[in-house]
Amino acid sequence: MLYALKIATRYLTASKAQTALLISGVAVGVFIFIFMSALIGGLAEFILSRTVGDISHVTVEAETADPEVLIDADGHLLAAVEPGRLRTATLRDSATWVPLIEAVPGVRAVSPQITGAGFLNRGSQVAQVSVKGLEPGRESAILNLEGYIVAGSARLGSGVIVLGRRLAEELDLSVGQVLRLQSSGGVSSVLTLGGIFQTGTGMLDGSSVFVSLPTARNLFALPQGVTRIEIKLDDLNAADATALRIRALTGLDAVPWTDGAEQLMEALNAQAQTGYFLKTFALITIVIGVASALVLSTYRRRPEIGIMRAMGAGRGFVVVVFVAQGALVGLIGGVTGAVLGYLALLPLPGRDEFRPGTLPLDITQGSYGLAITLTVLGAILASILPARAAARVDPVTAIGQ
Amino acid sequence: MKTLLEARELVKTFGVGEAATHVLRGLSLTLEAGEMAALLGPSGSGKSTLLTILGTLMKPTSGSLRMLRQDLVAADDAALTEFRNRHIGFVFQFHNLLPDFTALENVIFPTAVREGRETPEARARGRDLLVRMGLESRIDFPSAKLSGGQKQRVAVARALMNTPELVLADEPTGNLDRASAMQVMDLIGEINQDQGTTFLISTHDEKIAARCRRQIVVGDGLVTG
Repeated sequence: MLYALKIATRYLTASKAQTALLISGVAVGVFIFIFMSALIGGLAEFILSRTVGDISHVTVEAETADPEVLIDADGHLLAAVEPGRLRTATLRDSATWVPLIEAVPGVRAVSPQITGAGFLNRGSQVAQVSVKGLEPGRESAILNLEGYIVAGSARLGSGVIVLGRRLAEELDLSVGQVLRLQSSGGVSSVLTLGGIFQTGTGMLDGSSVFVSLPTARNLFALPQGVTRIEIKLDDLNAADATALRIRALTGLDAVPWTDGAEQLMEALNAQAQTGYFLKTFALITIVIGVASALVLSTYRRRPEIGIMRAMGAGRGFVVVVFVAQGALVGLIGGVTGAVLGYLALLPLPGRDEFRPGTLPLDITQGSYGLAITLTVLGAILASILPARAAARVDPVTAIGQ
Repeated sequence: MKTLLEARELVKTFGVGEAATHVLRGLSLTLEAGEMAALLGPSGSGKSTLLTILGTLMKPTSGSLRMLRQDLVAADDAALTEFRNRHIGFVFQFHNLLPDFTALENVIFPTAVREGRETPEARARGRDLLVRMGLESRIDFPSAKLSGGQKQRVAVARALMNTPELVLADEPTGNLDRASAMQVMDLIGEINQDQGTTFLISTHDEKIAARCRRQIVVGDGLVTG
């Protein structure tokens, strides 16, 4: 084996220009593979961070209670209480659930919330808004509120409201001004504008307001519990599994973000499939390149193969010599391509620094190990047929050439 | 003398039907251990085919071949490869060295391929053989850069590397000038004398044949003299 490896190395170094070209070809293929992995992975990351990054990955909603009914002795429905506009269903034991959910592996942050509809009044101006009550200190647990603040602060103290820039512009508001927020149940609170955010999402910037959880309790007349618990994960792809785990652990109806996001998932899958195709073609190119080079080498070295066979080299030895050449070309080309790919991606913005207009290449998703492994395996595969052909060379005919 | 090799009724036919060419037509031959024999005959008489069959590189169409009490017709490829490596050395007309290897690497190839690596012992023996061939200044020289006579001497050293019982030489001096040819024959004669290695040398050159103690003449696929 060692001696076959020596002969393989000698054959490769004997034709330096040809070997360099072959290794360059493999390296280019690996470079493309890595570039595509980084691009497809980065693109998926970019799309997900833009669409899902600021939303809850798993949400626990209070289940709406069945309407109260009046039934006579014969089982006929006599009357039913129509559900009111005020949300009454709550997660009463949220104080118990939150620490339990926080302890689930992969959970990054948990945000108990009270949500509802309301009207924001400033003088004669009224705007319909979606109200979200957050626990002070957890303002940026799900949406990176602090990161989007353009004026004031994201801190939700008592009697403080934070709202979007579009809404602030519509009502001509600035930080420090006082305004009145009325819930859909008719309860009002006078609040001070503590901060203005801009996420770039129309709905959020134009009709969402954030208040503290105690303020929301007053507004929506919920003395205890919350209406929903939002959960952020370390890996948003683990949402389905984590939701199942939370359901099993708490019995609550935990819903992953992927529910209702089928179109986004299909788009990401289609994108991933495109990536697989491109990477497969890069690998096929490598395999064809290595195979054709070794077929030529086998043909050129037929007399030498004949001599080796005459001197007592077995067929297996000849196979190892040529397969080792393929493996060495794959390994050197693979490592070279991977290093070049890494170096080319190094100066580009990292995964957390993607900006609109730049190519979202994620250096951490270059699949370097996979690229090298697949290249070596592909090169070995490509060398098997030429190696077998070499082993079948008839020494008498080959020496006579 | 002890019988080293015994070939009986060797037939070799290439092609089939009307296109069949009968190169050997029932040739029988015995070689004794320590012999130095010349194989003579006109071109196309079957000398090279006979050497190829005796060297286990090709099987006869029919007939028997035994060497060192082993049936070489019935043996499979792997067994023949090992037998060839241990017991038979080859010297070809066109030296047939591995061009990307040095003189020493060529010489030790038969041992290295058997051992799976180049051992220090093999390298020492290879050096000794090359020194004996008068190539001490060419030991680590690329074989492609050696002269014709030097290449053929390296080929002789390679044939002797595994101390084979039999060395088959097919026109070993055919491509050499007279001085180089005689030098190679001197070496072969010395080794035959010193080590008792059996040589069967195919040649057209009567002066080369005259240096062998036995002449075997082949004609029309049979031993004729």
